[in-house]
Amino acid sequence: MQTRTALEGFDFFTGVADSLVASLIEELSATGEYIPAAREDLAVGMASGAYLAGRRPCVLMQNSGLGYCLNPLTSLNLIYRIPLLLIVGWRGHDGADAPEHLVMGRHCRALLEQVGIPVFVPGPGGLDQAVAQAEGRMRSDRIPAAVLIRPGVLG
Amino acid sequence: MTTREAIGIVARELTDELVVCTTGYTCRDMQAAADRAANFYMIGSMGCAASIGLGMALSSPGRRVLVLDGDGALLMGLGVLPMVGTLKPRNLIHLVLDNGVFASTGNQPTYSRSVALDSLARAAGYSVLKRAETAEELKRGWGEVRSQAGPIFFLVKCRPDAGQPMERVRLSPEAITDRFREAVGVAH
Repeated sequence: MQTRTALEGFDFFTGVADSLVASLIEELSATGEYIPAAREDLAVGMASGAYLAGRRPCVLMQNSGLGYCLNPLTSLNLIYRIPLLLIVGWRGHDGADAPEHLVMGRHCRALLEQVGIPVFVPGPGGLDQAVAQAEGRMRSDRIPAAVLIRPGVLG
Repeated sequence: MTTREAIGIVARELTDELVVCTTGYTCRDMQAAADRAANFYMIGSMGCAASIGLGMALSSPGRRVLVLDGDGALLMGLGVLPMVGTLKPRNLIHLVLDNGVFASTGNQPTYSRSVALDSLARAAGYSVLKRAETAEELKRGWGEVRSQAGPIFFLVKCRPDAGQPMERVRLSPEAITDRFREAVGVAH
């Protein structure tokens, strides 16, 4: 339950399955808080609707899904000032992964930063601090912020 | 009935519903028919109107949420149908203005000409299915669904409007968010 406490500022969870954030999805599913989406853009849409209705949403996904939600992130969240916390499993972070993860693995951080979404990359034990930093930017700029999760960070 | 006429019929009977309008002329026609603080004009992110409405409906169970979707927009993200059909928010009305084309970009055809979108919604598990092909059917059906428990899928067959489009959405995206959240009663 350590991971959930890092996310105490959030009350709406959706996303698409990923092995690097699987433990968090399990934790949130056990409490009935997690609503799975069919694809990452639908997760971003649903979370944005929740924000508009007063919730504080968090979206979980693998970095391979970032492409699907780049359109809503840029033409909805950034311009409408709809903040979301994105918890993103970072496949291919060190270039040693299955081939389908290598291109996005190499470029996802720069891709997010290029469109104006701040990125935080915690080490083991650093999730609380990374989430707090992301929340700071979400509050001050009213934009989405991403926390990239490498292997071992969520246990 | 044209798409704009259909939007006008729906808009006239609105009370306190939260309304999500899909990208393009739907936003502009809704603004012209009934500009309300509880309208969310989604000018970008085509294909996300239904998922936004689903998130709203789950988060505001005391408010009715109406999604004004389009056939082309819905076909972009069909994965939302089983999500709605499974989560079953009773307060969600998913109304699809089905004119068979991408009207805002010059009437290029969509696949709704060969696939009945309400049959997909039925398979996905929506609680109520309704279809209107004339203005009279829409008026009657819209009156009926507003007292029914959802999720409701309402397919409205219409034809694209001819002539000049209505004025672009006047508010900035950020102002739309602020006005909408205020209408919902969210503190800043």
